[in-house]
Amino acid sequence: MFELVFFSLLNGLVFGMLLFMLSSGLTLIFGMMGVLNFAHAAFYMLGAYFAYTLTGYLGFWPALVIAPLLVGVVGALVERHGLRRVHRFGHVAELIFTFGLAVLIEEIVQAVWGRAAKSYEVPELLDFPLFRLFSTSFPAFKAFMLLVSVGIFVLLFLVLTRTRAGLIIQASLTHPSMVGMLGHNVPRVFMAVFGLGSALAGLAGVIAGPVLGTFPGMAQVLGSIVFVVVVIGGLGSLTGAFVASLLIGILQTFAVALNYTLTDLATALGIGLSAQSAFADLWTVTIAQIAPIMPYLLLILVLIVRPMGLFGTRET
Amino acid sequence: MTRRHLLLTVLSLLFVVVPAGVSHAQDTIKIGYIDPLSGAFAATGENGLNQFKFAAEQINKAGGVLGKKLEIVPFDNKVSPQESLVQLKKVISEGIHFVFQGNSSGVAHAISDAVRKNNERNPKERILYLNYSAVDPSLTEDKCHFWHFRFDANADMKMAALTDVIKQNKKIKKLYIIGQDYSFGHAVADAAVKMLAEKRPDIKIVGNEFHPIGKVKDFTPYVQKIIASGADAVITGNWGADMVNLARGANESGLKVPFYTYYAASDGNTAAIGAGGVDRIRLVGESPAFNPEPATKEMAAYITAYKKLYPNGDVNQPRIQTGLQMLANAITRAKTTDVYKVALALEGMEYTTLSGDHVVMRRSDHQLQMPIYISVHSNKNIKFDFDNSGFGLVTESKVERDKATLPTTCRMERPAA
Repeated sequence: MFELVFFSLLNGLVFGMLLFMLSSGLTLIFGMMGVLNFAHAAFYMLGAYFAYTLTGYLGFWPALVIAPLLVGVVGALVERHGLRRVHRFGHVAELIFTFGLAVLIEEIVQAVWGRAAKSYEVPELLDFPLFRLFSTSFPAFKAFMLLVSVGIFVLLFLVLTRTRAGLIIQASLTHPSMVGMLGHNVPRVFMAVFGLGSALAGLAGVIAGPVLGTFPGMAQVLGSIVFVVVVIGGLGSLTGAFVASLLIGILQTFAVALNYTLTDLATALGIGLSAQSAFADLWTVTIAQIAPIMPYLLLILVLIVRPMGLFGTRET
Repeated sequence: MTRRHLLLTVLSLLFVVVPAGVSHAQDTIKIGYIDPLSGAFAATGENGLNQFKFAAEQINKAGGVLGKKLEIVPFDNKVSPQESLVQLKKVISEGIHFVFQGNSSGVAHAISDAVRKNNERNPKERILYLNYSAVDPSLTEDKCHFWHFRFDANADMKMAALTDVIKQNKKIKKLYIIGQDYSFGHAVADAAVKMLAEKRPDIKIVGNEFHPIGKVKDFTPYVQKIIASGADAVITGNWGADMVNLARGANESGLKVPFYTYYAASDGNTAAIGAGGVDRIRLVGESPAFNPEPATKEMAAYITAYKKLYPNGDVNQPRIQTGLQMLANAITRAKTTDVYKVALALEGMEYTTLSGDHVVMRRSDHQLQMPIYISVHSNKNIKFDFDNSGFGLVTESKVERDKATLPTTCRMERPAA
């Protein structure tokens, strides 16, 4: 049992921190510009594909640095030449713009790299079991993923709270016009944040590609979960994104591990329910089977009980 | 002005009507192929399409059918039953009468049902549904009908062979079943539970797990659960990306128990399993493995020719060649492409596969009767590997056709001409 809990916790942590890398950028962009960026997960996909191609020429390690930078540049260009123009037509136009962008990027990826999954593999240097506990081994690459995402978290935290640039970003989150009045170039701050957010998503793609697969549907797989994370955490709240990421990550891993059904619950409560009762299909579904919809259940629960999200300050 | 000019050019380019699809109806027999060409299972569908194209090319080189060439027309269904029905409508509107499909029994049920209804309502636009890989037994049992033919051994036939092998392995005491949560996954699990209860009542089933099909990318939590259950063997019907990712998860977490599988080879599987799976991963199938030697010289030549054309592909579904050749023979025998007469010609048809096996299309349920083989993942004596990985399958045992044959409950209604 300890083995199961320990490794589930570890895997939940890896997945949760990966979600955080995606959701932090998304929530920052939303907090600052009020734009819910539908194309965010598409940047994650771009990161994985760029890294796949660059790995072929330069190897994994240069790709780890270059691919996110490239994605960041693409993101900044999108903000500078696309989003900024659309901005004056209001939020609906922006929303539609990012939605269209997501579709466009997916189609481009399919046109360039094809529809089949790419064999973007774990680099040889990290392709070994890091440690073995009881009868389970933990792959080194997952530890590396955890290391990178924790590193990014610490870095992001320090930049936002300890530097002048972070100060301006935080101020722009709540008082953009005041920051502008003080002589800062707010549009440039927006562009930088959008680029940074995209780069983070790209980096997430680089390190997740070998584990979660590099294929044209990868943006959709994670995209919906990332939205769930930022809504549960509270739109615009970085702390919320962090807590919600870990919550969802661990919830999903543990849900798979549990075989309890509603019948078990009923038995525990002293109500007799058997496989023959009415709606037997419903009573006998295990938590493991509904693991994929758990985040969405949580989303609905949060929206009912606390519509602004766990750490949010405004209604979503 | 220049910008508008550019825009106009682009627009006019977009609307240029490409004179595609000039009908060659006279000199080709079109055969529809409805399978995933995008999404999680694209690799599997693409590989199947190439094998169909190659098999058709071989038949065409040998003179075609009724003096006409076979043409494979692909339709992408994204493994979605709904999407498959849309594609089936396209097939009908293009005047195609023969449809092959194989990936996912969920899709197969949808197509089978739609074909049956279509043929009842439009006797002039009948379709023949040739199923080369969807193995839910129900398709030739309670849901059987005249317009459906299956060229792969169904899940029960395969499970009977697998459980015979498991029966011999006295080391297995605790067994874990994991599969995709749809009709086929459940058919595998049900058959395993039922047959093991008869053959090895001492084996304890410590897990009977279903996961969403095509959605799980990281199988670590599931593998964790298998390890925690203390299982000393695993049965899985997973295919495509779900098998690749399961194998990967098992390797990463160091799960070292034997796996009894339906599809753990090629399409990325053999490469993903790698050295960790040698002598441990077994597969049940309708074809002998190609190692240490293909069963016949013809098969060896076929594989060599295929690899020359598709160096990154594998001949991993010889039943594709069997199915297409049997259809071609049926059309030749019927001397027409009339669907009803071709179906009659297919019924009871005997055929010798490229591997030299004598197979027969059983009249009562349209399930091809064939020997079944168990093979094992290995890197010793490999002549034809999979995924260009150096690893491949080696034949371990064979169940003869008469032993592999199972009774059917199908009560087929035969339509009038």
